[in-house]
Amino acid sequence: MTSTGQLNVLEGTATVAMTPERAFAFFTESFGRWWPAAYHIGTSEMADAILEPGEGGRWYERGVDGTECDWGRVLAWEPPHRLVVTWQINGRWEYDPDPARASEIEVRFTADGPEQTAVTLEHRHLDRLVDGKAIQDTIVERGGGWSTLLELFADTAQSPS
Amino acid sequence: MKAFKDVDLAILGDPTRKAIFERLARRPSSVGELAESLPVTRQAVSQHLRVLKEGGLVVATPEGTKRIYRINPAGLAAIQAYFQNIWDEALTAFQKAAEQTATDPEQENRP
Repeated sequence: MTSTGQLNVLEGTATVAMTPERAFAFFTESFGRWWPAAYHIGTSEMADAILEPGEGGRWYERGVDGTECDWGRVLAWEPPHRLVVTWQINGRWEYDPDPARASEIEVRFTADGPEQTAVTLEHRHLDRLVDGKAIQDTIVERGGGWSTLLELFADTAQSPS
Repeated sequence: MKAFKDVDLAILGDPTRKAIFERLARRPSSVGELAESLPVTRQAVSQHLRVLKEGGLVVATPEGTKRIYRINPAGLAAIQAYFQNIWDEALTAFQKAAEQTATDPEQENRP
């Protein structure tokens, strides 16, 4: 496992019965349809999550009340094989606009057969979230540490989907 | 300073252990409280907690006669494990949704 800074690069894989073209399109265009609704940062329930096409595109969620919360930006848009987005969510589950504190997610789509694509995800520069002190500050200020920080998250995870 | 200890991501590969970790992320708890909300014995919970503790993901603090377990706030290992959990779930969801789309002809023409 490779690492950048203190934290290892996280990896994940999935295999889908689609061409890379279709897999890339499904991943991006239908993002809100497959993304687990429990994983969101807005104060209201998540109605949709949107990944805008093209470099510089926004990656954000829209709540049921219509409010929008940014998650990150598209850094590289290379259909059908590669996508890089930033994950700019700090320890309070808020958007952090400073790109110096952004972690990065790279997704690759590789043909694995005529109608099969391997999707590999890499989440790197997690150390930047930590160096950005947001996570540590939350732990120090709120005392409850991760338990407090993750409460929001758990609350949404518990709500019926 | 040894702030970071490499986490063995397989630690959360066990579904019960993962459930315990998620519950502790929600709220610090004792062994008894965890056992009440899970379909396993106290003994099994204790064993899983030991693995989580040795992996640096959780810490135990005495409170009265009980030991309260919580996510290790100083443990970058916990942060890492937490995010890994998100990606595992997200990619599983992606794969499932893609399977449905691939096999459901009505979805073929969706934008």
